[in-house]
Amino acid sequence: MKEASPIVIVVEDEAKIRRFVRMSLESEGCQVYEADSVKRGLIETATRKPDMVVLDLGLPDGDGVGLIRDLRTWSDIPVIVLSARTSEMDKVEALDAGADDYLIKPFGTAELLARVRAQLRRRTRAPGSATSILEFGKIRVDFSRRTVERDGEPLHLTPIEHRLLAYLANNADSVLTHRQLLKNVWGPGHVEDAHYVRVYMAHLRKKIEDDPSQPRHILTEAGIGYRFVI
Amino acid sequence: MNGRRPDPDQLLTRIKEEEARAARGKLKIFFGASAGVGKTYGMLWAARQLAQQGTDVVIGVIETHGRKETQALVDGFERLPLRDIVHRGMLLREFDIDGALARQPALILVDELAHSNVAGSRHPKRWQDVEELLSAGIDVYSTVNVQHLETLNDVVGRITGIRVGETVPDHVFDAADEVVLVDLPPDELLQRLREGKVYLPQQAERAIQNFFRKGNLIALRELALRRTADRVDSQMIAYRRDRAVAPVWQTRESLLACIGPQTDGDRIIRSAARIATRLDVPWHVIYVETPELQHLGDGRRQRILKNLKLAQDMGAETASLSGSDAVDTIIAYARDHNLAKVVVGRGHRKFRLPWLGSFADRIGRLASDLDVIQVAREDGPSDHGREGPTDSSLLDRLSAPWRSFVMSAVLCTLATLVAMPLHAIFDLANIAMLFLLAVVLAAVRYGLGPAIAASFLNVAAFDFFFVPPRFSFAVGDVQYLMTFAVMLAVGLITAKLTAGLKFQARVARVREQRVRALYEMSRDLSGALMPEQIAEICQRFAEKVFSACAAIVVADDDNQLRHPVDVPGGVPPIDPAICQWAFDHGTEAGCGTDTLAGSPLLYVPLAAPMRTRGVLALQPQDPQRLMAPEQRRLLDTFARLIAIALERVHYVSVAQTTTVQMESERLRNSLLSAISHDLRTPLSALVGLADSLFLTQPPPTAQQAEIAGSMREEVLRMNSQVNNLLDMARLQAGAVRLNRQWQPLEEVVGSATKAMASVLAQHRLSVRLPEDLPLLEFDAVLIERVLVNLLDNAAKYTPSGSLIEVGAAPGARDHIDVWVEDDGPGLPAGREEQIFQKFERGRKESTTPGVGLGLAICRAIVEAHGGNISAGKRANGGARFVFSLPRGKPPLVEVDDEGAIAEEIHW
Repeated sequence: MKEASPIVIVVEDEAKIRRFVRMSLESEGCQVYEADSVKRGLIETATRKPDMVVLDLGLPDGDGVGLIRDLRTWSDIPVIVLSARTSEMDKVEALDAGADDYLIKPFGTAELLARVRAQLRRRTRAPGSATSILEFGKIRVDFSRRTVERDGEPLHLTPIEHRLLAYLANNADSVLTHRQLLKNVWGPGHVEDAHYVRVYMAHLRKKIEDDPSQPRHILTEAGIGYRFVI
Repeated sequence: MNGRRPDPDQLLTRIKEEEARAARGKLKIFFGASAGVGKTYGMLWAARQLAQQGTDVVIGVIETHGRKETQALVDGFERLPLRDIVHRGMLLREFDIDGALARQPALILVDELAHSNVAGSRHPKRWQDVEELLSAGIDVYSTVNVQHLETLNDVVGRITGIRVGETVPDHVFDAADEVVLVDLPPDELLQRLREGKVYLPQQAERAIQNFFRKGNLIALRELALRRTADRVDSQMIAYRRDRAVAPVWQTRESLLACIGPQTDGDRIIRSAARIATRLDVPWHVIYVETPELQHLGDGRRQRILKNLKLAQDMGAETASLSGSDAVDTIIAYARDHNLAKVVVGRGHRKFRLPWLGSFADRIGRLASDLDVIQVAREDGPSDHGREGPTDSSLLDRLSAPWRSFVMSAVLCTLATLVAMPLHAIFDLANIAMLFLLAVVLAAVRYGLGPAIAASFLNVAAFDFFFVPPRFSFAVGDVQYLMTFAVMLAVGLITAKLTAGLKFQARVARVREQRVRALYEMSRDLSGALMPEQIAEICQRFAEKVFSACAAIVVADDDNQLRHPVDVPGGVPPIDPAICQWAFDHGTEAGCGTDTLAGSPLLYVPLAAPMRTRGVLALQPQDPQRLMAPEQRRLLDTFARLIAIALERVHYVSVAQTTTVQMESERLRNSLLSAISHDLRTPLSALVGLADSLFLTQPPPTAQQAEIAGSMREEVLRMNSQVNNLLDMARLQAGAVRLNRQWQPLEEVVGSATKAMASVLAQHRLSVRLPEDLPLLEFDAVLIERVLVNLLDNAAKYTPSGSLIEVGAAPGARDHIDVWVEDDGPGLPAGREEQIFQKFERGRKESTTPGVGLGLAICRAIVEAHGGNISAGKRANGGARFVFSLPRGKPPLVEVDDEGAIAEEIHW
């Protein structure tokens, strides 16, 4: 599915990091534009019509989260956030604001490219193209008929589990925060009950994972949320 | 309001009372009509039964009066030794309160509640000792005769003709948890007396024979029975109030008793107390000090204070007010405090203006909504007691310095001299005016006595020098007698009025000074920032207003009293024991109080809104002056202001400390994040750049690729060292705030094993978590870090292919144990604890990388969660690391599909 080379904007104030991110992305066939501040980043994203933004959270002239919020008012292109290890709150805030994935510094080329590929893949697949059938591992979900099978056997999911699975599948490869899940599956009234998500996620894992303690599809991002991998 | 439900305020008060009561000891009173009915015997009998059930009973003090049966019952009980007190060269023995408190029995027997302690004891009365025992949580049995009850004391006195000096306030009796009436019919009592079963001391025999007359005994028995019935009745009322049986108590009408300088003040108080008890209403006693009453002699003032004190002891709220007219003041007070009944003595004024009517009439006329109750006047013996003080007070009033009298005589002479030449020009009536002027001047300048003297002198001078026949006291015209009479009356009235005005002005001035002093003190206190400043202000003010030397002793945060705060003027000799007592009990102690009155200092606890802040110690030059009600009120305000100032100073320092802490925490955090940013950025660039070597054209040779790979590895390792160091710094600085959430352990185990997947690639990993583990409350990121570190260690210190197992199970003390085990070589023996120290490693000389911070970090994290971590040997060889997390109370989760999920949910 190689089309015209995707445009990626890298917003990062460290020239060295910007350079290697650029090299990696270009090796993948992307067209890269750089920005070293929130202001430059906004100008670039507005003018270049990018397919993706790679954004450092700690920028000299402001917070990357503001940029994400701004961007989300007019675009839904994937955003990958670069962040330090200890700042879980910043990551959650960025993800809640609309970022799709994050990378912890220091990261290697391989990790970066894997995430970028996943997000680009999701973008090409996204609007309307999603079939109503989803297959992963031993599981086969038919969203239009609301049935789930495991090894060909029907699997009973409760209504909430079903909604949860549908939402996860719709946002596969993205990191979803507890808050996002609560808001979209339970409704806006439940955004503080994070343990609900955890309990239902555990149920869902028991039903669709081979080994719930070593999950392969519903992955936990400690302190942040979940990532669904097909 | 239909009043069906109990008034919440009242219920709250009751609940508080009950709480206070639960911590207190229980008081059981054996109550009898007279001596000899067997109270002590009954008490011992009841105590013996309790002792047989295993209760720890001791005898504090028992008076057997030599009765054999009673003595027999005493044997077998532990008796606390009495304290020897030497008083005026005599050795006296008294109940030892400190010994009893130190012994801490479950129940103590203290006979004769009304007993007055020997001077030099802590409290003047035994019932006060008992109160302290109760406060300490010790149950007390005691005995009381009906004639010793405060409100019945005078009634019994009138019946039997013998008045006892030792009394128990009614509130002590009413607050007793149980009252047992020990009853014996008079005939049987007399029989026992005759048989000698009740022992009577010889010297008092006659008086006692008088006392033990059948008529007396019947009356006393009736009183005792009725008093007990009243108590049962009030219990019934309390019960009804609790259960809201009926809406009986809409309004609480209270009672106001007014006492004057008369001797029968205590009668009014006792009557009011009885009425109030019967109506079960709170009551107030006031004394209105009108300007004329302020001339009263010291003896009478003391009596008024004593009466107010008596009222206070009997449970009344007391106040001494000042006003120009007693009736107006009383009515205003009654309205302010919602008191509907006023009790006054009949014939309250000895000197009464006929058109004003009696005191009670005037109250009734001016305030028709108040019920006025008149109490009968005391007759007989008290009358001669009445005259004495009146005379002395008159003398007192007139005893102005002799110079004043001389000066008023001079004034008269002057008036005569001035009038002499004018006599030719003016009419006699105008000459009389001149003399009146002299009286007014004398009253203004020298007060009442000299003014009265001047009136008489003037009349005499007028008569002698001016009224024809002149230079003789004879009066020619009868009409001049009228002039004399009017002149004298006008003189006397003017003198009295002027003197009264002058006195009131003086009172107002004194009061104004007092208010100004308070105002100045509160202004000074508001600027004080240290206890030393407060102590200094306090001393200055005490010196000025109370003529006393003052010091404050401040309590520290652990409620321990420290040394008195040093002030330049020196500190009075403080007795730490009394000081501590006043602080612990929250009541005043020392000079002029009920507790250790012998001390020269008065100790006032400084109670602030949050807690008692310390004790104010005052050494007054004239302790009597400090006893006056208005002085006490001033002292209360004074202590309150100081307490509030101390509290404010305390919170100022708390706020300062908090600000400093917050500031240093902020600094630490920003320093740590700056360091972490500065260290990580180059590391990130290094990893990325090493990786990008692979992307260069032409592609790197195998050797170059290998070098690039090694560079990457080393950088990542360095990164993990930096992470460890920074984490340790954060944890040690307390800068880590746990983000605890309820979550399944399984999740964090899953994310940790996934994060370590590459490291564990050469090992066999097994995860075994029980299905029914409850949700646990922990910080997912930090616990993941613990697991990662443990897994990393296991991978590092075991050969490839070893088994690594993660498991969990409920452990001891409501904790869940989580472990990581391996079947490798295991830990070096005896180093299981050491490895958790910083910079410790399992094998000192090994080449395994790492500086040994990992386990120290694990320990810090687990302990921050309220758990602990330890290392040991695995059952089948190898190392085993276990950490525990508290279970807590997991929140409930509603399930949307019960049929499908219910059986799977165990939490």
